[in-house]
Amino acid sequence: MSEIILLGLNHTTAPVELRECLAFTTDDTERAVVQLADNPAVEEVVLFSTCNRIEVLLVAKDPGKAVELSKSFLSEFKQVPVNDFNIATYVHCGDEAVGHVFRVAASLDSMMLGEPQILGQIKEAYRTASEKRTSGVILNRLMHRAFFTAKRIRNETGIGDNAVSISYAAVQLGRKIFGTLENKAVLLLGAGEMAELAVEHLVRHHVGRVFVANRTFERGVTLAAKYKGQAIRFEEVKEHLSQVDIIISSTGATDFVIRRDDIKAVRRRRRNRSLFFIDIAVPRDIDPDINRLENAYVYDIDDLQGVIDENIEDRQREAVKAQRIVDEAVIRFRRWHDSLDVVPTIVALRDKVSGIAAVEVDKRIKSMDHLSAADHDAIRNMVNAMVNKILHDPTQFLKKGSCQGDKSIPLDITRKLFKLDP
Amino acid sequence: MQTTFLFTILFYVLSAGGYISYLIVQRKQLHRMASYILLIGFLMHCAWLTLAYSAAGHMPVGNLSETLSFCAWAVAAVFLIFQYKYNIKILGAYAAPMLALLMLAAFILPPKTVADPKLLQKLWLSIHITTIFLGDAAMALACGAGILYLVQERAIKSKKPGYFFKRLPSLELLDNGGYACIVTGFTLLTIGLITGLISAKLYWGRFWSWDVKEVWSALAWIFYAVLLHERLTVGWRGRRSALMAIIGFGVLIFTFLGVNLLLKGHHSQFTL
Repeated sequence: MSEIILLGLNHTTAPVELRECLAFTTDDTERAVVQLADNPAVEEVVLFSTCNRIEVLLVAKDPGKAVELSKSFLSEFKQVPVNDFNIATYVHCGDEAVGHVFRVAASLDSMMLGEPQILGQIKEAYRTASEKRTSGVILNRLMHRAFFTAKRIRNETGIGDNAVSISYAAVQLGRKIFGTLENKAVLLLGAGEMAELAVEHLVRHHVGRVFVANRTFERGVTLAAKYKGQAIRFEEVKEHLSQVDIIISSTGATDFVIRRDDIKAVRRRRRNRSLFFIDIAVPRDIDPDINRLENAYVYDIDDLQGVIDENIEDRQREAVKAQRIVDEAVIRFRRWHDSLDVVPTIVALRDKVSGIAAVEVDKRIKSMDHLSAADHDAIRNMVNAMVNKILHDPTQFLKKGSCQGDKSIPLDITRKLFKLDP
Repeated sequence: MQTTFLFTILFYVLSAGGYISYLIVQRKQLHRMASYILLIGFLMHCAWLTLAYSAAGHMPVGNLSETLSFCAWAVAAVFLIFQYKYNIKILGAYAAPMLALLMLAAFILPPKTVADPKLLQKLWLSIHITTIFLGDAAMALACGAGILYLVQERAIKSKKPGYFFKRLPSLELLDNGGYACIVTGFTLLTIGLITGLISAKLYWGRFWSWDVKEVWSALAWIFYAVLLHERLTVGWRGRRSALMAIIGFGVLIFTFLGVNLLLKGHHSQFTL
């Protein structure tokens, strides 16, 4: 019977230099799956390649041979000697391989636990394989179960909840303060990659006006244009404090840029509306004492990191629940996979047909009192003979197999046709 | 009639359980279930009130048991409207157990009628009682929103989000929700006080008699008036508003129960 095999390497086993050398583009993947599937030792194949992993998922009769073959294929295709990646490569067979695919699709094996992109990447890889017809009955089922399981995990556990990056954390906090970020005015003080990322993120959540204040006004004008905002001079910042709701600060100043008294002074004019500071600068720009004022919230970079760490811990806790769902899915998949074996299918088929015959015969015989016991036996024998004759050809067909020796297709069809899986 | 009452309690208790489990496991279906159960409980409660009214020929608020039950009815009514309008789902974990407890207390207390039934038949007094209780209920919810606000504010200010951060809605929503409750409650209390004055004039012969009950009611009303005034003029919101809502509700509870039980004002007969 065919085995499911997975071999590959990921961010925990291989350094980025190696992963780069082995990474497949979409075009590469298309060619690679076709070439691998052309080999008679390989029945089905799907190939995933993301920046954190390269994995080959195979169905083959002889796992050992298929693994060797895939390794030498990778080596040839990517012009990397097998020895360079052999140690970093893991191989899983059967349930382990199935479980691994489920874990990957559900983002339990990702560098950032629960990140959502991986499922899309796996779907893309599967689409390539199915377009090139390199995936068959087993991998089709496996991939669909993987998508289903991943979706279930996302719905039933908190694996994807809560922000795990600075800009997401800022948005999450903002929403807990303001409810919605729509039409909230943002002020960006200074510039810097992280601060700009946070502003972009806020803009995507439909914040209102964006003000940009920079020590060099030109720079501020350029940045403001990027967010369709308005550049203001650094000296004007204090006047604008009464108009804005979210302040992201990332200047190179050595002392506080905004102090507690500045905020106290505008509180009345702001009518005590909430004010949220995200201080990404080191040394800090925003006086931490402002956090003690009513309706003002100050988060510096360490605070945000603290929030993120806590969220990551939450995700790890949720991952335990997710693993349970994966284990369950693996068992179900194995049941289905085992059923693709010839003998259980034939037995199930016979049980089903002779069961129906027996029930119907018994029903009729009960109402036929005029017949003797011998007559009853004769009727039973006749029905049994009919069942045997009807099932003879299908049984032979299943035993011999067809479709280039891949028995899983007729077996799968038989099981569906006769509804052998409840 | 007794069965209806018991079923009302049962539904309120079930609903409280539903809301609390929703707080813990955060499943939307639980919240939906809990609100439907609460709605059924409320309709049952309405049915009971109608039955009790037709049996006695007056509003069933003649003793502490009945008063508490009426109180629960008012909270359920205001909460259902409020939930529909503001969708602060988690507030149910505060309101539903409160209902359940009020009803259980009402069930345990002896059902003897102490208040003068003739008095309870008067129209002005009925309006007075209904609006005052609905107003109190709105203030109870404002207090709940205030408590949730303080918890959430603490989570954000301390920079350790923790258990409640994810489960509670935004500060803005809690603040607005609480404010809406106070505005509603204040309006109802005002109507309640005016009709109370009218009733006093009609049935007792004078508007105001400096009874402790009256004094405390006036204090509570002034307290909320100040709160609203400050919010409208200087924008008192957030923490201060939440604290005031909690303290204000404390004053109201004292006016309702404390005055009757400890100071023996002229309303005591309703809560014996």
